[in-house]
Amino acid sequence: MNNNIIEIKNLHFRYGADSENPSEEVLKGIDLDVKQGEFVAILGHNGSGKSTLAKHLNAILLPTSGKVFVDGIDTSDDNRLFELRQCAGMVFQNPDNQIVSSIVEEDVAFALENLGVSYDKMRKRVDDALKAVNMYEYRLHSPSQLSGGQKQRVAIAGIIAMRPKCIILDESTAMLDPQGRKEVFSAVRRMNSEYGITIVFITHYMDEAAQCERVVVMNNGKIILDNTPERVFSQVELLKKIGLDVPQVTELSWKLRKAGVDIPSEIISEKECVKEILKLFKKSY
Amino acid sequence: MAILKTEELTYIYSEGSPFEKTAVDHVSIEIDEGEMVGIIGHTGSGKSTLIQHFNGLLKATSGKVLLDGVDIWADKTKIRDVRFKVGLVFQYPEYQIFEETVYKDIAFGCKNMGLDDTEIKRRVLETASDIGLPEELLKRSPFELSGGQKRRVAIAGVMAMKPEVLILDEPSAGLDPAGRDKIFECIKNYHGKYKNTVLIVSHSMEDTASFADKILVMNKAKVFCYDDTVNVFERAEEITQIGLDVPQITKVFIELKKRGLDFEKEVYTVDYAKELLLKYLKKGK
Amino acid sequence: MLKDITIGQFFPGDSIIHHLDPRFKIVMTLIFIVMIFTGESPICLGIGAVYTVTAVMLSGIKIKMFVKSIKPIMPFLLITAFLNILFINGGTVYFHWKFLKITSEGINVSIFMIIRIIMLIVGSSLLTYTTSPVTLTDAVESLLSPLKKLKFPVHELAMMMSIALRFIPTLIEETDKIISAQKARGAEIDTGSLINRVKNLVSILIPLFISAFRRADELATAMECRCYSGGKGRTRLRQLKSSSKDYIALAFTVFFLMCVIVVNMIYS
Repeated sequence: MNNNIIEIKNLHFRYGADSENPSEEVLKGIDLDVKQGEFVAILGHNGSGKSTLAKHLNAILLPTSGKVFVDGIDTSDDNRLFELRQCAGMVFQNPDNQIVSSIVEEDVAFALENLGVSYDKMRKRVDDALKAVNMYEYRLHSPSQLSGGQKQRVAIAGIIAMRPKCIILDESTAMLDPQGRKEVFSAVRRMNSEYGITIVFITHYMDEAAQCERVVVMNNGKIILDNTPERVFSQVELLKKIGLDVPQVTELSWKLRKAGVDIPSEIISEKECVKEILKLFKKSY
Repeated sequence: MAILKTEELTYIYSEGSPFEKTAVDHVSIEIDEGEMVGIIGHTGSGKSTLIQHFNGLLKATSGKVLLDGVDIWADKTKIRDVRFKVGLVFQYPEYQIFEETVYKDIAFGCKNMGLDDTEIKRRVLETASDIGLPEELLKRSPFELSGGQKRRVAIAGVMAMKPEVLILDEPSAGLDPAGRDKIFECIKNYHGKYKNTVLIVSHSMEDTASFADKILVMNKAKVFCYDDTVNVFERAEEITQIGLDVPQITKVFIELKKRGLDFEKEVYTVDYAKELLLKYLKKGK
Repeated sequence: MLKDITIGQFFPGDSIIHHLDPRFKIVMTLIFIVMIFTGESPICLGIGAVYTVTAVMLSGIKIKMFVKSIKPIMPFLLITAFLNILFINGGTVYFHWKFLKITSEGINVSIFMIIRIIMLIVGSSLLTYTTSPVTLTDAVESLLSPLKKLKFPVHELAMMMSIALRFIPTLIEETDKIISAQKARGAEIDTGSLINRVKNLVSILIPLFISAFRRADELATAMECRCYSGGKGRTRLRQLKSSSKDYIALAFTVFFLMCVIVVNMIYS
């Protein structure tokens, strides 16, 4: 066994492939491996195919051709569907439309109830999951009393409770305010660093992608970039052309370079930017 | 002269109940005709409650809203006319679309104004072209359109009423960078063409900095500051202290100042930062 | 506006009433309803009132909340009472004009009716105020479980109920938002002519339905992703457990019902 948790091999997908008028190809030959414990961002504009790709990791959609393996399980294997979904949990975009129960802790327990986990085990797992996302004190609240960021954290707890190896977040921060986005992102990061859970973070916010280990950029159903955030964001022109943002500091260094200033292109954080600008002035003063 | 003015405006939710909460606390501001004002604040800072007073959807617990110098509640029966003069576009406005064609949905507000059919047609066509909706789309069902297009249909519905003041509550929420840029471009064009007053509520200082003449920062139901954009950015550090994000580029320059590299200017756009740096670099050499 | 509706709301708490087994609470509520509707004399109403007041006090929920729950049906109640006063005849005549008569019997019946209905609402509000909708659904599921043998879809029904309950606040909030948005476009919702208002209702209902369907669709996917496959082999986090407290409470309730029946027999 290799240590790839996700293996996607030449994945093609069109909606209604078996019907008389199938859609255009949404995914046009995706090859992607994700290692156990990685923190990967998939970045792309609306309609780039990033959400469609995410839905393949959880067998919500099945390939028209090609194969998707998650933890060695072929997603098109109907017999192992529950196993797959326990292994790779999914958090969706709209916080309101994925919470089933009117009580936070019961929502977290939902998957475990479905899987027939015994009461004692369930109680412990639910409490652990709620603590992991810092929502334990809200366990008896109603979801309607929570903020968007809190709701998404509850949704994450509901996935964590299944003890998955991998969590896929399908634009889970798109509808949140900045505060909520930060909450969710740091919760996810903790899941990755403390529990070693693989994270596939689908987003169109570059500031979130910039904080991941690896950024996969999708456009028009294909992967066009797959590298560290520094390398990816240094492609300022390409990213702008396909309707994506780059961090302001990256854009600044790109613009300065174009004006003939000697500054590295791979700047994505404020810290580096400050450092490099200071260097420039020490040089010239 | 101020087109919109509030005097000690206060709004208390569920007054007298245990859930009592002051959402707007003695707010007195003046908005001049033709200005483009950004309103910034956390979720729950009172900014959304405040703007619903401007067109009389909410009635203040105490204090006044003056439109063209007249108290909007002076004649209760005229409150509907106020709504035509102060157009309000809610967050995620595409969820209020209901007509079977785009044309009809844009025309809904105009119809309620009691305009005749030729005038309605003229306005719908004009607004549609202003906001970048091709004419052939007008016959289509709004529900077939993409998210960004739907959003523009909803905004056009309010623009077509030709309000003296147009207020948009987070017009770019949930959109990807391309969708966001398109919306802001349309709003800027609209403002440039008709020179009317535009208020935009946003979470993002970065977006706001790019269009606003003046910025109103709300914090805990009160006005934190209300001033020209440049002056507001002079207080960038205080703004970060109340938990609001300032643009990344501003943070870089705050940090540079701390490190002894003071440019003596407020920086909030990348282009300005570039020019400033280039100028100083040349001087240094 | 719509947020003021309190019927069906749940106020978390730590009172004895909150901790009773919901199955017992449902049964007790049913007994209580029988009690107030079989009682024929003022003494019976008094007994019912004692029971209601005791329960309300024990629940620790503010009286204001109950007043709020009665408010919306007050106009309806008063109109019915008024008609009863005018059209039920018997006993002493206090006032007579053409075919209209106000009699002691009419007044009695009206007062009885008002008190009964108020108690009915307070009693059933107490059930929903002190029992989370989810536990309530669990209890219904449990009480109906014998019907499973008859192939009655008890679990599915309970699941639908609990999802409906979960989405009520969400949809109410959404309705408020849509109403505000259409008002901002000049729609006349609470003013204007009746025809206009009905027409404008469409502008609220269509977006609301579309959004409800979208939510349903997304929720279904989310549920499947969390391995939902119907009621078979499911375990529950929330366990319904009855204790001696529940039996004692039930015994009290039955005792009150017996009192009412005895008083009825004495007076008839």
